[in-house]
Amino acid sequence: MLKLRSAKALAIMAALVMAGAVFVSCGESEKPAEQAKEAAPAKEEAPIRMGVAGPHSGDLASYGIPTVKAAELVVEHRNEMGGICGQKIELIVEDDVCKPEIATNTATKLVGEKVDFVLGHICSGATKAALGIYKDSNIPVMSPSATNPALTQSGDYPNFFRTIASDDAQARLEVDFALDRLKLSKIAVLHDKGDYGKGLAEFAKAFLEAEPEAEVVLYEGITPGAVDYTAVVQKIKNSGAQAVIFGGYHPEASKIVTQMRKKAMDTIFISDDGVKDDTFIKVAGEYAEGVYATGPMDTTTNPMAVMATEAHRQKYGEDPGAFFLNAYAAALALLNAVEKSNSTDYDDIVNALRTEYVATPLGIIRFDERGDAIGVGFAMYQVQNGEYVEIK
Amino acid sequence: MRVAEELKKSALVSIWFMFLTFPIMVIRVNTIYNTVEWRWLNMALVGGGSFFLSMLWRFMIRRKERGKKKAEIKDGVQLTLIQRLMQNRRVTLSGIVLAAIFAMIYPFVFSMYQTSIMITALIYVMCGLGLNIVIGLAGLLDLGYVAFYAVGAYSYALLNYHFGISFWMALPVGAALGFMFGVLLGFPVLRLRGDYLAIVTLGFGEIIRLVLENWNEFSHGPSGIANIPRPSFFGYDLSLQQVTIWIYFIMIGLVIFTIFVVGRLQNSRLGRAWVALREDEIACQAMGIDKTRTKLSAFALGATWAGMAGVMFAAKTTFINPASFTIWESVIILCVVVLGGMGSIVGVILGAMVLILLPEYLRAFSEYRMLLFGAVLVLMMVFRPGGIITNVRRTYRFKGKATTDGSSA
Amino acid sequence: MDYFLELFLGGLTRGSIYALIALGYTMVYGIIELINFAHGEIYMIGAFTALIVAGVLTLMGWNEIAILVIASIVAVIYSSAYGFTIEKIAYKPIRKAPRLSALISAIGMSMFLQNYVLLAQTSDFLPFPSLIPQFEFLEPYAHIIRPSELVIYTVTASVMVALTIMIKFTSIGKAMRATSQDKTMAALVGIDVDRVISVTFIVGSATAAIGGVLIASHIGQINFYIGFIAGIKAFVAAVLGGIGSIPGAVLGALVLGWTESFFTGYVSSDYEDVFAFVFLVFILIFRPAGILGRSEAEKV
Repeated sequence: MLKLRSAKALAIMAALVMAGAVFVSCGESEKPAEQAKEAAPAKEEAPIRMGVAGPHSGDLASYGIPTVKAAELVVEHRNEMGGICGQKIELIVEDDVCKPEIATNTATKLVGEKVDFVLGHICSGATKAALGIYKDSNIPVMSPSATNPALTQSGDYPNFFRTIASDDAQARLEVDFALDRLKLSKIAVLHDKGDYGKGLAEFAKAFLEAEPEAEVVLYEGITPGAVDYTAVVQKIKNSGAQAVIFGGYHPEASKIVTQMRKKAMDTIFISDDGVKDDTFIKVAGEYAEGVYATGPMDTTTNPMAVMATEAHRQKYGEDPGAFFLNAYAAALALLNAVEKSNSTDYDDIVNALRTEYVATPLGIIRFDERGDAIGVGFAMYQVQNGEYVEIK
Repeated sequence: MRVAEELKKSALVSIWFMFLTFPIMVIRVNTIYNTVEWRWLNMALVGGGSFFLSMLWRFMIRRKERGKKKAEIKDGVQLTLIQRLMQNRRVTLSGIVLAAIFAMIYPFVFSMYQTSIMITALIYVMCGLGLNIVIGLAGLLDLGYVAFYAVGAYSYALLNYHFGISFWMALPVGAALGFMFGVLLGFPVLRLRGDYLAIVTLGFGEIIRLVLENWNEFSHGPSGIANIPRPSFFGYDLSLQQVTIWIYFIMIGLVIFTIFVVGRLQNSRLGRAWVALREDEIACQAMGIDKTRTKLSAFALGATWAGMAGVMFAAKTTFINPASFTIWESVIILCVVVLGGMGSIVGVILGAMVLILLPEYLRAFSEYRMLLFGAVLVLMMVFRPGGIITNVRRTYRFKGKATTDGSSA
Repeated sequence: MDYFLELFLGGLTRGSIYALIALGYTMVYGIIELINFAHGEIYMIGAFTALIVAGVLTLMGWNEIAILVIASIVAVIYSSAYGFTIEKIAYKPIRKAPRLSALISAIGMSMFLQNYVLLAQTSDFLPFPSLIPQFEFLEPYAHIIRPSELVIYTVTASVMVALTIMIKFTSIGKAMRATSQDKTMAALVGIDVDRVISVTFIVGSATAAIGGVLIASHIGQINFYIGFIAGIKAFVAAVLGGIGSIPGAVLGALVLGWTESFFTGYVSSDYEDVFAFVFLVFILIFRPAGILGRSEAEKV
């Protein structure tokens, strides 16, 4: 019964989306008619060029490839339906290996290829390095994964948008959850010394220190790749912490949780999006049970997310990887902005991104002045019976 | 008969490698989803590949040994074609002129992207030439070279962030700080033997990176420093395109300066002392060369160039974080020096161009970049320890009083 | 006091892990005076081989003890084979070249092997099946000591003893000692130097493989990069104890393990690696021969 209903909903939603795409296209031009006409003939020949940048080789490739696949799926689907106003969309995919120095070259290359907008980059560091170049060339950039708060909050990058919430939002949620829901007071904050993990931990620590009833009993960076974490685990035990807030990725998280549980410690473990990954549960096995992790709001009921995942399975024969839905949403948002504004000019796209709502796998979103997506947020999950379950 | 023997040997090698690579290349187990994938094609590839490579390998080894014997018989330095050409003044001069013209028009002929990657390559040329002083001339294996590069980059980024110091001020400051760190780190460790030195410098390189990563108040930690300004042009605002060209010319200028200094150093008293120290420490000490000071000067001078290159790096990328300064960056620079030819200036330039530009153009193969770098290091050491362009040592010949020809090359 | 004891045991575990890798380092260095950077990679390959074998056998439904034994044996065989081959390719042709060449070649080999595994397998962390069974008699002490830790202590101690016996009392051990003192003289009295070096690499790699299997099942997951850091740490340990000396390697590893553990426990783990490296620098400057090594004047 349930299955039938969701299938039906899916079909309806899909039909709606497609219909919307067809009807909206070209119709709702905000520009005066003559201007649109002037621009139209030239545009019909040249395709719209969308750059996709991220790590596509090397040890971080698994974070970058899903975004390429998402872009391919969105663009393919769109082109089959005739593109935007008859204009086809072309993808230009470039590798940045997540290294800032290579990212600047990648960005220069994309600028040289005359892309209209860029989906990427993946790592915050590479994104920061590349953004200056895009900014000077008036190219809007949308990242599915760069969570560093400064990217939007510093105001340095007016051309930057993202479909993921920033680290401080996650830290806030973690802290509030620990204090208000779980009523804890003694908390140990750990991180993996990385860009993402440490940034998050810094926020968590600051938020905790601002609360009078909370106490940070331990603040410590662990060494990723170390052969053994016994000493740190003992230290957590000795500090008397009721819970650990960990900033980092799942390999380290599972090692620490496993060692903690094997030492018969039942300290509550709260972590982030880097841990809210099914791999974590599979690696840590029974020890993962009860672990909390923040992650993007549940999308399993969103028909577009279901559709996107299904399309990925059909085309590539496997489940999508990290940031796939964020990237899918970003690609849709970018194309939507071009379509609504009927232009590929920087100002028009940016304006449309900020004003027009778009239906994506993450929900119906638009972007605020700083470039953060409105309507994209985090929820708290817990591992229950080998599965992440959202805690309402 | 010999052919059969060779084939048999190669076949054995090929079987051995098929056995050796079997678990890693053929089977792929995913312990998360509990699936096993058997990739038999890889086995065939390994078998066929190692069959031919082993033939090539033995051929090369034999050739190398023959070459050695020949050199012993002839009792003299054998020069390759390139080396002979390089000693011909006319060829060198026209080569330099051509290179200069090419360098001058390069950014105007090619796109901004090409210019941008050329800048990257030039930064590596500079680092390579600096490291060349340490490894090529003085024979000290420095695996923490990237630490000084980081010192340069962070000195510009931080000084600019806190005091608004411009690029042109930061360049000498970065160089000076590089020098200082070179002396500071070099002083305690230079008494150590070659391989201990390598591991200690590696340690220092990691220490500097880890400190940058952990000490948030000082270095902004792992999230790095963004919005580092690009070099200014006499107070004018430049567009991105113009500034790229401007950085390119600054880099060309710096590289020429480096080549000039290193070239002069090479044949100076100090330079000869380095080479002598590399060949035989004890004999050097007996000859009255101050071992510690000579080594320290090489170490610190190398660090100076790394510092300058670091400032350039920060100015070019406009963003730095500790992740850019890992040990592998040191190894890539080492690769540049080794491939090009330890001690040879032209070699290092060529090495940097090959290693940095090729992967950019062959992006499809970028996955194999690090794999090939590793292979290059091993193969170069085995077959051509002198690099692509082996440095020719200046030789001085004493010919008696009758023919007072002096020195000849 | 409890805290101290726990940190002490944690350091013991860590030290024993380093020791298993350091033993191979120290043996190779003792004989050809080469820092075999690729040694850490051999350990990683051992762990990967064990993972692959265990994965396949698990799917075939074998029982755990059989898997543990077979996976370990295959890992040892393959690691030894890799050690043997690496020596033949990267070190033997340049044995007479300056030390710098061999060192660069070793770094190249290490990089090559890392990327070989990265490309042929995956860059992700893979969960390693916990092959070491739960011991019933340890149940009451579960919060202090885990079975895998106990196994690691015992294996490290027995490997150390076995190696010491091998070097002291067997004929190949004698040949090794002779070769390490003077290769030319050893060759003159009829020792096949090439064979001795090969055997050293094989034995060193086999210990690394044992380490690989144990550590991987202790920590529970592996990727292509685990060898490098562990290798560097193990080298630090070997130098600390006096490179070339078997008991020295174990002692050095334990000292390093304890210092790291206590440093983390009482100060902070932020600078854990920094501390290890600073430690190394000081040892090398003030006592280059290490704790148990003989200091010898360099021969002219």
